[in-house]
Amino acid sequence: MSAAQWRRAMNSGAGRSSTLRTVAIPTEPAARAAEPPRLLPPVVAALRGIRPHHLIVLAALIIYPLVASPFFTFQIGGQALALGLIALSLSFLGGQGGMVSLAQQSVAGVAGYMVAIFGTSIDPISLHWPWWLAVVAALLIATLFATFVGWLSVRTEGIYTIMITLAIGVAFYYLTLQNYSLFAGHRGFNQVHAPTVFDTNLRDAVPFYYLALACAVAGYGFIQYLIRAPFGIALQGVRDNPRRMRALGYNVTGHRVAAYSVAGLLAAVGGVLMVWYNNQISPESTGLGAMIDILVIAVLGGLSRPIGAFLGAIVFVLLQNFAIDLIARERFNLVIGGVFLAIVLFSPDGLLGLWTRFSSRLSTGGAQGKLRRGGAA
Amino acid sequence: MRSRSCLLSTLMGTAIVALCAGVAHAQETIKIGVLATLEGPFAAGGQDSMRGADLALKLHNGMAGGKKIEFIKGSSDASPDKAVAATRKLVEQDKVDIMIGPLSGDEGIAVKNYSKTQPNITFVNGSSGAQATTLVDPSPNFFRFHTEGAQWMVGLGEHALSKGYKKVFLVAEDYGFPYSQVQGFMASYCKNGGHVVKKAWVPLGTKDYSSVISTIPGDIDALVVVLGGADAVNFLTQYEQAGGDKPMIGGTITVDQTVLHFKGKRRESLLGTPSAGPMADQLDTPEWKKFVADYKAAFKDGFPSPSLFAYLYYVSTQATLLGLDAVKGDLSGGQKTYRDALQKLVFAGPAGEVKIDENRNGIGDTYITEVAKDSTGDYYNKVVKVVHNVTETLGLSKEEFQKMGLGSRDVPNCP
Repeated sequence: MSAAQWRRAMNSGAGRSSTLRTVAIPTEPAARAAEPPRLLPPVVAALRGIRPHHLIVLAALIIYPLVASPFFTFQIGGQALALGLIALSLSFLGGQGGMVSLAQQSVAGVAGYMVAIFGTSIDPISLHWPWWLAVVAALLIATLFATFVGWLSVRTEGIYTIMITLAIGVAFYYLTLQNYSLFAGHRGFNQVHAPTVFDTNLRDAVPFYYLALACAVAGYGFIQYLIRAPFGIALQGVRDNPRRMRALGYNVTGHRVAAYSVAGLLAAVGGVLMVWYNNQISPESTGLGAMIDILVIAVLGGLSRPIGAFLGAIVFVLLQNFAIDLIARERFNLVIGGVFLAIVLFSPDGLLGLWTRFSSRLSTGGAQGKLRRGGAA
Repeated sequence: MRSRSCLLSTLMGTAIVALCAGVAHAQETIKIGVLATLEGPFAAGGQDSMRGADLALKLHNGMAGGKKIEFIKGSSDASPDKAVAATRKLVEQDKVDIMIGPLSGDEGIAVKNYSKTQPNITFVNGSSGAQATTLVDPSPNFFRFHTEGAQWMVGLGEHALSKGYKKVFLVAEDYGFPYSQVQGFMASYCKNGGHVVKKAWVPLGTKDYSSVISTIPGDIDALVVVLGGADAVNFLTQYEQAGGDKPMIGGTITVDQTVLHFKGKRRESLLGTPSAGPMADQLDTPEWKKFVADYKAAFKDGFPSPSLFAYLYYVSTQATLLGLDAVKGDLSGGQKTYRDALQKLVFAGPAGEVKIDENRNGIGDTYITEVAKDSTGDYYNKVVKVVHNVTETLGLSKEEFQKMGLGSRDVPNCP
């Protein structure tokens, strides 16, 4: 259900049952008024959303390493999926919750640092726990960190959310840069190797790609489910009209903080993948440049649907790798900036917006209303 | 795989068409990847390092070992992640035979680690100067033909003592390269009876030095300042404003042109400031003069004289090409013969003889300089002493060096 529909449903009061079926939340007072027989569990709703082209894309992604070179599998495919996962956390917060957080890369950085600190690296600070324990601890701590960031920033709106999360991110960057006892300062942690599981080194091109793919598909499916679940619908309500939601008895702050936690978990998984991908982590990995990269990926792809984050990541990684081949070596950043500017200028909803316009021109205008989305972040 | 990349490029529009178009090449071409920091804090240095590499190829007539040499350039932003990503792209996608680069210390360690996964490619360091690159877990296919950060300071300790500086205060940036520089200075300085009373490690890019300046003890003889560019000027200005009057000892990149053009009241006091490095702007040898003249003739938009980065990339590229000459462009057999030739290579670079040790790290000359005034009143770095054949163990025996360990915040220590 799109936000526009949601808003219409909210305003019309009772609404048609087809519009309201996913709004119904058994425990909430507002939901009791809706018609119970038309309820569809969100899992079923999400599964019903699977169309043939989803399966084709999934099959193509699974076959991809068999036809692509290790370079394209690892550096383009693997990296795009891992970065896409971090960007997905931002596009979920921004698109569904209306909260643009620049600190998602810092959450990923926390997860990466925790893997290095609890797991193995060349640095004596590392505790050399078994890798699975280190990963669980890293995800837990990073999610807690994300919750903390959310708790600090949910009372702000719009530009102030960006400012406060930027401040938190930069503070974390300087902490890692100047703390030697825990974060190993400027040099960071080297040789943070991915584990070898069942005789498979997860850092090798193809295993890493499939690991990243599995995490990305799981993250994507989870967000698709969540958007249809009562929590996601309520979150969209909070985004569009927090006062009305509060009046209806929803805990607005609670929903927002919870969204930060959920997004934090996704970013943390992406962060663990990135530290294995890079084999190391240092303050640059959490610096301002990296934070803005994630924002660029999310905006480039489009915030309206979860797939946008991955589209943005693919284009971003391709540009980063190949822009230098197109133009004089000192000017290649101009190409990257130019493409970003052009996409954002001509399509406010990024690549997704371009695609929507393209496909609606192909079919009759009917699809347009379905794909449009209110409440730009 | 190429068809795959073409498919992608059609998907992504025209953005990467050149990828497919650019790979057609003759058999008689050897592809060399050159990586430097064309973005980020060292962008200017990265640009000049590319000039150094281009100049070496140009003076070699674009050929080596009877084959045409093609450069494919890559860029990083001085972060290890970017350096490895760019290297991986050049090696695995552009299929270069030899890699030259990277520029800065932490990048070098990361690329060295990556080189172990590509045993059939030869890696020649560009200008990165971290000790750990060749001292800790060296890679058999990673070569560094120039000396590194610690070697560049060898001999400065004795020179400072000979000037009567027995107790010094140290201020340096808080990362790998200054650690190495400080070790190079302190190794001989401490051994010969000098005392570094206190060390102040400041973050790169520090603007306000008042808290550091207030902790400088009154009874020291000199300050050791291992800061680069704007940091050095900021420190100097604030030290002067606070009424400081101690003489200074500089690191390799401390007393460069920006500092020599310092206009403060203490300008006079800069005279006689010693520093050290693998080259010197005003070196009085025919090789160096020819190098500077070639550089000036080739690059109208370059610096007034080649920077440290241009010099180091020049030497690295020269070594790469001379090695190819020695094996007549034969890179077969996993490049083993080529690597043997590189190992044996000895040649005269612009600033002294170039050769490598068994860890494939450069053994070379270090120039001790002092700031002097020329006839027109301009300040320049005058060479006062040359230390020949500086090894990576800084002139110590292997055991002695291992006992000391690699340079860090607390190593060496002699308060």
